[in-house]
Amino acid sequence: MSSIPAIQQSAGKGAARAAARRANRKVGGYDRRPHVVIYVLLALVVLIGLLPLYYTLVIGSSDPVAIAQKALPQLFPDLSIFDKFKEVVNAQSFSFWQAVWNSVIIAVVVSASTVMFSTLAGFAFAKLRFPGRRGLLVFVIATMAVPTQLGVVPLYIVMSKLGWIGHLQAVIVPSLVGAFGVFWMTQYLEEALPYELIEAARVDGASMFRTFWAIALPAARPAAAMLALFTFVAQWVNFFWPSIVLNNQNPTLPLAVRLLQQNYFVDYSLIMAGVFLMTLPLLVLFAFAGRQLVAGIMAGAVKG
Amino acid sequence: MPVKSPVAPEDELDPLPPKTRRVGFSQTLSRWDVKVSPYLYISPFFILFLITGLFPILYTGYVSVHQWQMLQGQGDFVGFKNFTDVFGQPDFWKSLRNTFSIFLLSSIPQVIAAILIAALLDQNLRAKTFWRMGVLLPYVVAPVAVGLIFGRLFADQSGLINSWLTAIGLPAVQWHVSPLASHFAIATMVNFRWTGYNALIFLAAMQAVPRELYEAAIIDGAGRVRQFFSVTIPQIRATVIFIVITSTIGGLQIFDEPRVFDSTGQGGASRQWLTMTLYLYNTGWSGQYNLGRAAAIAWLLFLLILAIGMVNFFVTQRIATGSGAPSKREIKAAKQRYDAQRKSA
Repeated sequence: MSSIPAIQQSAGKGAARAAARRANRKVGGYDRRPHVVIYVLLALVVLIGLLPLYYTLVIGSSDPVAIAQKALPQLFPDLSIFDKFKEVVNAQSFSFWQAVWNSVIIAVVVSASTVMFSTLAGFAFAKLRFPGRRGLLVFVIATMAVPTQLGVVPLYIVMSKLGWIGHLQAVIVPSLVGAFGVFWMTQYLEEALPYELIEAARVDGASMFRTFWAIALPAARPAAAMLALFTFVAQWVNFFWPSIVLNNQNPTLPLAVRLLQQNYFVDYSLIMAGVFLMTLPLLVLFAFAGRQLVAGIMAGAVKG
Repeated sequence: MPVKSPVAPEDELDPLPPKTRRVGFSQTLSRWDVKVSPYLYISPFFILFLITGLFPILYTGYVSVHQWQMLQGQGDFVGFKNFTDVFGQPDFWKSLRNTFSIFLLSSIPQVIAAILIAALLDQNLRAKTFWRMGVLLPYVVAPVAVGLIFGRLFADQSGLINSWLTAIGLPAVQWHVSPLASHFAIATMVNFRWTGYNALIFLAAMQAVPRELYEAAIIDGAGRVRQFFSVTIPQIRATVIFIVITSTIGGLQIFDEPRVFDSTGQGGASRQWLTMTLYLYNTGWSGQYNLGRAAAIAWLLFLLILAIGMVNFFVTQRIATGSGAPSKREIKAAKQRYDAQRKSA
């Protein structure tokens, strides 16, 4: 067997690296490919995660009477699920499209404002010097420990005094910016944005805000994208606060899906069709952006 | 936080003395910009927190010592009557018991499962990102959706779980009747959504563990299990504490899943799965409309979270330091042994 430097000379760097990896595998290091059992176990975990969604489709395309008698009336979902989708969309107790619209508006507006305000605050905390900076940052982080339920009662009273009960702004305004976002952007900008760039912009005569807009915002893009994703998911699935301040005439999707359950006769196939419709947008989002979401969780863990 | 202090921009602008009034004005403006901008940029968070966070928290205390109905609004000052009223309600004690039980049933298996899944992912896998995404998938399913799906899976008469149980000759479980069974079902929903998420956080911590430690352990003759307990777990201690605390805060606030576990949302016929947040909601917004009492429950919930959080912190720290973790000296010695072996090989 030839040595690794010899391989590099005759066959290039790539081959040398591969040879080094092969040699390492024999020692039993990290580079060794895992046993097939590991893949089987992981596949099992993923399957358990998929099963409930599959069950949703099966129940959604089943006959309501059959569901009452058997746990799995059929093994595979069929096209009748589309009839159920139609039924959900045309439901009498609420307007489906209104609910979709409400969810989209809330999720988009909150994500956009969270990213904007968090990046601004993160820029200030990470790169600008001002008296009280450290103390204020610690305060921001400390607020993350306070449970949301604590302020629910008076916040509701405030919202009803403002006449916002039943309106979207009651959901949107309290979540325009959060401690997590500020902390996240601060952590990121601290490393990703060199002081030299800011100084250069300042020397060129840019105002603070222009510096932020032209230098910090572009630098923050990867972290901002992750923050937007997380905020979007969190708002889309949010239930507790909307269920308090919104009513049945103006629901978000999670509230609407719950309304399907409140009929005299509970039609589970209809509920499951609604559940699937509600989850579908996030599944699509996940298919495209799941990679970033994973990276975001892993990055957040190391720094947090 | 790095203490690199940058050159303050105004220093760079200063050397040019103002020649005309215009330049002087723009300099004043620029200096003002530098001083005020940071506060301006962080102000949205603080303003919003004052209005929707701090004020409501203090106001909760105020509401909790008053008679306060949803329609009549503020009533008389009643001191701690709302609190004693809450203590006098059997439903409160049930909700306390249920919250604890669901919290334990969810967080303990969840943390263990998450660490094990993370250990599976912490290998030189093919298609790494695919597996990570696959594990995270349940995270994007809304808790309400999870609640409705599992409410069906755990149905007493025609649920999938019961039909599996009877298929292998076990008796069907009354998931919506027995308290413990309902807690188990609800904990399963929580675990379904959060295990993968936590696994990825653990994975991130595991990837930061120096690989030489494993190689040294292998040379010392440690098997996979021994490596896991003597290298991995002690090395990711901080993350374990972090996850246990965050899942405690989340677990004690559980609301969505028990609320949709049946169609009435009251926490079961005899309040078997009424949790504290659900109790708070039902007291304030469905049925009683008693905001004063709801505020009292909110404060009690806050104190509970605080107390458990602290207990948690101390216990996890104890466990993590008390286990058979190798000391720094042992790690160093192992590294040296490993290096020597590699050189001679």
